[in-house]
Amino acid sequence: MSSVLYDAPGPRAKRRNVVLSVVFVALLALLVWFVWDAMDGKGQLEWALWKPFTESNAWSTYLLPGLANTLKAAALAMVIALPLGAVFGISRLSDHLSVRLPAAWVVEFFRAIPVLLLMLFANEFYDRWTNVTTEQRPIYAVVTGLVLYNASVLAEIVRAGILALPKGQSEAAMAIGLRKNQTMRTILLPQAVTAMLPAIVSQLVVIVKDTALGGVMIGFTELLNARGTLAANYGNPIPSFVIVAIIYIILNFILTSFASWLEQRLRRSKKGTGAVLSADEVEELNPAAVQGSFGTGAGGTI
Amino acid sequence: MFDFLSDYNDPSLLGAFWMTVKLTAVSGLGSLIWGTLLAAMRVSPVPLMRGFGTAYVNIVRNIPLTVIIIFTSLGLADVFGVTLGASDFKVQGFRLAILGLVGYTAAFVCEAIRSGINTVPMGQAEAARAIGLTFSQTLRLIILPQAFRSVIGPLANVLIALTKNTTVAAAIGVAEAAYLMKAMIENEAQTLLIGAIFAFGFVVLTLPTGLFLGWLSKRLAVKR
Amino acid sequence: MKLRKVSAAAAAALVLSITATACGGDGDSDSGSGSGGGDKIKIGIKYDQPGLGLKEPDGTFSGFDVDVATYVAKELGYDADQIDFVETKSADRENALARGDVKLIAATYSITDERKQKVDFAGPYLLAHQDLLVKTDSDITEATDLNGKNLCSVVGSTSAQNVHDDFAPKANLKENSTYSECISSLQNGTVDALTTDDSILAGYAAQAQYKGKFKLAGLKLSNENYGIGVKKGDTETVNKVNAALEKMVSSKAWDKAVADNFGPANYKNEPAPKIGVIVK
Repeated sequence: MSSVLYDAPGPRAKRRNVVLSVVFVALLALLVWFVWDAMDGKGQLEWALWKPFTESNAWSTYLLPGLANTLKAAALAMVIALPLGAVFGISRLSDHLSVRLPAAWVVEFFRAIPVLLLMLFANEFYDRWTNVTTEQRPIYAVVTGLVLYNASVLAEIVRAGILALPKGQSEAAMAIGLRKNQTMRTILLPQAVTAMLPAIVSQLVVIVKDTALGGVMIGFTELLNARGTLAANYGNPIPSFVIVAIIYIILNFILTSFASWLEQRLRRSKKGTGAVLSADEVEELNPAAVQGSFGTGAGGTI
Repeated sequence: MFDFLSDYNDPSLLGAFWMTVKLTAVSGLGSLIWGTLLAAMRVSPVPLMRGFGTAYVNIVRNIPLTVIIIFTSLGLADVFGVTLGASDFKVQGFRLAILGLVGYTAAFVCEAIRSGINTVPMGQAEAARAIGLTFSQTLRLIILPQAFRSVIGPLANVLIALTKNTTVAAAIGVAEAAYLMKAMIENEAQTLLIGAIFAFGFVVLTLPTGLFLGWLSKRLAVKR
Repeated sequence: MKLRKVSAAAAAALVLSITATACGGDGDSDSGSGSGGGDKIKIGIKYDQPGLGLKEPDGTFSGFDVDVATYVAKELGYDADQIDFVETKSADRENALARGDVKLIAATYSITDERKQKVDFAGPYLLAHQDLLVKTDSDITEATDLNGKNLCSVVGSTSAQNVHDDFAPKANLKENSTYSECISSLQNGTVDALTTDDSILAGYAAQAQYKGKFKLAGLKLSNENYGIGVKKGDTETVNKVNAALEKMVSSKAWDKAVADNFGPANYKNEPAPKIGVIVK
């Protein structure tokens, strides 16, 4: 239960914790009251502003189609970016300069360009050089932009994960006569991915949120963009932002919870690998605990 | 082809990117401090602080930055009257944008530092405790200095993302790169060319940052 | 052992998502070919501008731009159910025409010299002016009253640039990302006025939830000639659209559309503009 960093709380510390908690809850209640009062004073609590969300039209016309597009684009981008990121990450560790250098350039380049502009260029690319239909093109462009950027970031995560593994792993693999390819595929990559899972999950959360960039210029109707249309109709920008923020929080919470469940399954037999926090404490604190890894989460927009 | 660029003086192209740099620098520093405090909270002995840190990270990280930035203006400033001591909307927008960027980026900094803390071998903390250091001494003198050195790479990722994220500040009228880009697109009807100019600007800003911090992370890596 | 689990999980996830997306893809391509098969016309409009182009809660579209587009499409030989309205964001209008994503664009699209280099315009079909929207009890009547006052507009819009450069350089300008947010700021007293084209302002003032709360100041701070965007070089369509617009005006359908969409806001519209005459 307790961490290596401090003792289990004694009677005095326990008492102090209780006092602190009471004070904190009181402050929190005060804040909630202040927020409620201020919103009431500015007329933001009027039922007319919130009522649309209890009606089916607001959901069936605006929010649900937007949510469906967000989910579709995010799922596609994840499925493509994950393996691509692994490939680039491994390529950057290659012994051959001719593989290592181009991979490094691709990663550094696509990490540097704003995703919004990547989507804009991808949209133009699909129009000029492919025959993707007009209806399909926005989602192609959005997914392409997301894949290029996030695969680059994931590549860095995978690379960091492989480098962080103890040298003994690859030495032992060599000693039993595995080839480089086999070592990477069967020994290093599985361990690196498991160790990096929290960071990878952070990046997946970023993918979900960055689908919103598709609505800024190239007319991809996702959740945040649909909110704009909704707010223009009902004249309720603040309530609509609140509702949409809650939807995003729930969506990403499901994603992180699923990932932490997956992580625990994959990690079962290796509890507390040199981590300062003990495993069960991390479990208790945070569904998507960052454990023994390089959390990156290049939280992106534009 | 590029002559329209000289029509823009308020802000000019360089002025807009300078604003991007200012936003990045100030909110980078701010989120480093706030993120470190959050990370300290998340490993602290007080359950309340751990709970707060966890809740903060999980909520803030899951909201799109656009929503957070617009909330600072529509919510904080308009409804709650938090104007940060500025009645001029330009100044107010800048300060609110920094507040939003710091609040958001700190969640990512916190997670990066926490992973750094996890890479410090257990023995270090045990030894510190054995010689009688308190929790805050252990954290300040032993754990964090080592943790920072091992997460320069991931922090560089966060900084690069932050540089590009400053563009969201345009949503509340801060005159940085994306703000100028919107004005140019509105007037010039040349979306692709303008997009390319700004993409190039961001590559110029972020590539050196990435390369320098990559080099720094190798230099400062803790040899174990 | 562990490896097998990882790869099994990954494979399962991959298969699942591929089947899921494959299904989605099928559905989409069906609907795609369906719409491509019949002769339909695609018209770009705004989705979020009450009175001009708005996607209603029941999924239909309303507004002056929409009415004009529907009339023009009818003259071109398309019934209302053969029109596909597509959302065209401001940044994407020229490219959407150049790519052929849409045949026409009627989306508060002011005719300017820069734009004319990229697209052709039919019309103009409406002469709008930059104006102010203020609370009903406000004492702002002139542009110079704005100096020292709080004013709201949308980031990157020409109206914001005009305020700044020309008529009220000392106004404290708050820039939001959408007009709905500006209205919200105006309503809760953060700003004293909102500026953009009077047609757009009238659309908001006419909305049910704002009725009686705001008024237009009636200033003519700029001239905005709304045209219908057509792909560069497509003179045939431009001529057809112009003929349709002329007919719309002469048959009084134009006046009806103005009254329907802007009427409730007490909007004093300009008479229908002459085709090809751009008021500078």
